[in-house]
Amino acid sequence: MTLRHLTAVALLVSALAACTSNSPSGDAKGDERTIAVTSTDDGCEVSTAEVPEGALTFKVKNAGTKVTEFYLLGEDGLRIVGEVENIGPDLARDLVVNVPAGSYTTACKPGMVGEGIRADFTVATSKGSTVAAGDQATVAQAEKNYAAYVKDQSDQLLTKTTTFVDLYEAGKDDEARELYAQARVHWERIETVAESFGDLDPKMDAREADLEPGQKWTGWHRIEKDLWPQEAKDYTPLTDAERTTFGDDLLKNTKTLDSRIQKMSFTVDQIANGSRGLLEEVATGKVTGEEEAWSHTDLWDFQANVDGAKVGYDGVRPILMDNGNSALARQLDSRFAELQDLLDEHKKGDGFVSYTDLSKDEVKELSDAVNALSEPLSKLTAAVV
Amino acid sequence: MSEEPREQPHEDPPQESPEEPQERAGHTPSRRAMLGTGAVAAAVGVAGGFGAGRATAAESTKGATSSPFALRGAHQPGITTPVQDRLHFAAFDVTTTSRARLISLLKEWTEAAERMMAGGSAGPIGPVEGDYRLPPDDTGEAIGLPPSRLTITFGFGPGLFADADGKDRFGLADRRPAALEPLPHFPGDLLDPARSGGDLCVQACADDPQVAVHAIRNLARVGMGTVAVRWSQLGFGRTSSTTSGQATPRNLFGFKDGTKNILAEETDALDEHVWVQPEDDGARWLAGGSYLAVRRINMVIETWDRQGLADQEAVIGRTKSSGAPLSGGEEHADPDFTMPGRGGPIVPTDSHVAVVHPDHNDGVRILRRGYNFVDGSTDLGTLDAGLFFLAYVRDPSTRFIPMQTAMAKNDAMMEYLKFTGSALFAVPPGAGEGEYIGQALFATS
Repeated sequence: MTLRHLTAVALLVSALAACTSNSPSGDAKGDERTIAVTSTDDGCEVSTAEVPEGALTFKVKNAGTKVTEFYLLGEDGLRIVGEVENIGPDLARDLVVNVPAGSYTTACKPGMVGEGIRADFTVATSKGSTVAAGDQATVAQAEKNYAAYVKDQSDQLLTKTTTFVDLYEAGKDDEARELYAQARVHWERIETVAESFGDLDPKMDAREADLEPGQKWTGWHRIEKDLWPQEAKDYTPLTDAERTTFGDDLLKNTKTLDSRIQKMSFTVDQIANGSRGLLEEVATGKVTGEEEAWSHTDLWDFQANVDGAKVGYDGVRPILMDNGNSALARQLDSRFAELQDLLDEHKKGDGFVSYTDLSKDEVKELSDAVNALSEPLSKLTAAVV
Repeated sequence: MSEEPREQPHEDPPQESPEEPQERAGHTPSRRAMLGTGAVAAAVGVAGGFGAGRATAAESTKGATSSPFALRGAHQPGITTPVQDRLHFAAFDVTTTSRARLISLLKEWTEAAERMMAGGSAGPIGPVEGDYRLPPDDTGEAIGLPPSRLTITFGFGPGLFADADGKDRFGLADRRPAALEPLPHFPGDLLDPARSGGDLCVQACADDPQVAVHAIRNLARVGMGTVAVRWSQLGFGRTSSTTSGQATPRNLFGFKDGTKNILAEETDALDEHVWVQPEDDGARWLAGGSYLAVRRINMVIETWDRQGLADQEAVIGRTKSSGAPLSGGEEHADPDFTMPGRGGPIVPTDSHVAVVHPDHNDGVRILRRGYNFVDGSTDLGTLDAGLFFLAYVRDPSTRFIPMQTAMAKNDAMMEYLKFTGSALFAVPPGAGEGEYIGQALFATS
């Protein structure tokens, strides 16, 4: 998942993914925990004002002419228990949210402005329902830790890139080749964040196949090809002056990236989505050997993506437990471990064997493990928000 | 006689067992017996006729429509024809250097296509009506099947006009319209040369895959020695509509796509966007024809399936349930790209519908006949699946390339797509009575 995607979706996600909102399913008719909500431009009709605690489904229909939102707020009218945003006219969305007994407030917000049209809502105690509410302190800690991690990786990326560029521009190719994958590890660990800058990513990490006609090819992979030209047909090595141009350009962009990253903060859903996104990067580019077409250092990137995903997951894991999703946590723990065991089999020295040394069966085995992990990981965001 | 010669008949020179030459000719128990059976079959074939047999079957075959489509007309069939459910598409390299042989093949293809679309056989004789000593002139797997709304559509690739070195192959170089050149490289292209290009193409669409495959198989057979199959593609589950009577189908992402594409009833739009007009470049032979842009688009199915529904809808810009734009209404409601949502337009600017909508592409619209494909699985166990995109446009340089470029650059859906095949063909107008497809191209005046 690119960041273009993340930026477009992240805003939706805080509301949507959080609450597992779905399009109307219509299967729970007659269920006392299913509440029909009709939002109009000046009204908010909620079919019942009192329900038993548990997993509630608000079927929100927008009968108005403006985009609307629906919120379930705490008794104070401030704390958001669940929300569903961006419901276009004539469309409907479900808000599914686990709600413990208590007093609440419902609100439709036609046009997405103002306080909304509010009403009291009561959730009564019910036998057999156990509903936990995420601990705000745990959430804050996870967000703080992840931001620190990203900043640290960015810092290390800048340090190693500086050395790498120095070596490359000085013509110390063996040493530059040695450092190439090691420096990129820090990029790959935070790849979903780094990619989120749509202006920098194409300049820094574009592969030759990604280019559009007339686009100048710069960045890591341009230099990679120059350092590993064996498989390039009719390749003309870059001159010293060109090396300086490309090297300086990469360093300049890395500095810009780092300065931006130092100002960033992350929400829990972004962390969880980033974790999922990093595994997607593995599935689409690394396990296929497409990313490092010349150096074949794909397994370094693979490991780094998994590292980043694991850090993100570990950070939100306490929230997962607080929310009563220990089964998902156990599944993710074991799948992460299984994938790591497989990767460990291909370790060589401080790094990994070349991607070209993998047999078809070994690649398939890795791919299966990535899928096995990615599938439950796709449920993480909804489970932690 | 010994057993050995029978076990290895191909390695045995005939002279070594002159007493039983008949056993060698086809490994049949007895030529006489074969003749006898054949005679009965021939009698049945002549009495019933291949076409009649298929027409009878049509009445009892579920989903069979009554009337086959005609090959001849102002435009080729298979463009505005209501999209059938199945596809077999083939691209050919021309292997002959003889202009006369090429023309003669186009004549044979035209006649064969006309017969097959009518529910008849590929050759003039039929699958079981010919000389018993010869392979039948129709391969026979369509015996008993109705016409199944078969359409066969022919196109000419850039390579027919000049080879890779620019050499005029058949005296056609000066007739190549400027727009008929290989499509440029687009971002996201991972093209397989073995699934791209071609000097000629044949698109066979039908409601029955066996009928579509039968058509391509027999045309390829007719063409052997003159053309050779370069690559081909099977498709199922049409992913577009060409008439207002058809509901918009779903692609393998589970979404409706192409809601705004041109329908057969929109004759003005067809003239503006699909049919090459008399004033256009190359119209001397192509007027009334069109260009066919072909793209084999692999979908990263497994990754897509792990996206939340909200994410999926944000990528497409439509709801998954009804296909309505996220700005509201029914499927065919015009998207409101200015309607504000949380954090930007409610139809995201990088959503598929926003990027390729005519409003954002100079009003350009296309006529689509795409199909889903699943070619088994990859080495990694993921589906080798996606959309085989077929679009008919009046001029690819203005009506396809800019849109594809915008999509490659800006469409959030690109995250889940890999373009693995690509080709462009000029599709000549329809053939009139007594004419062959593409006749005007070869006219010497």
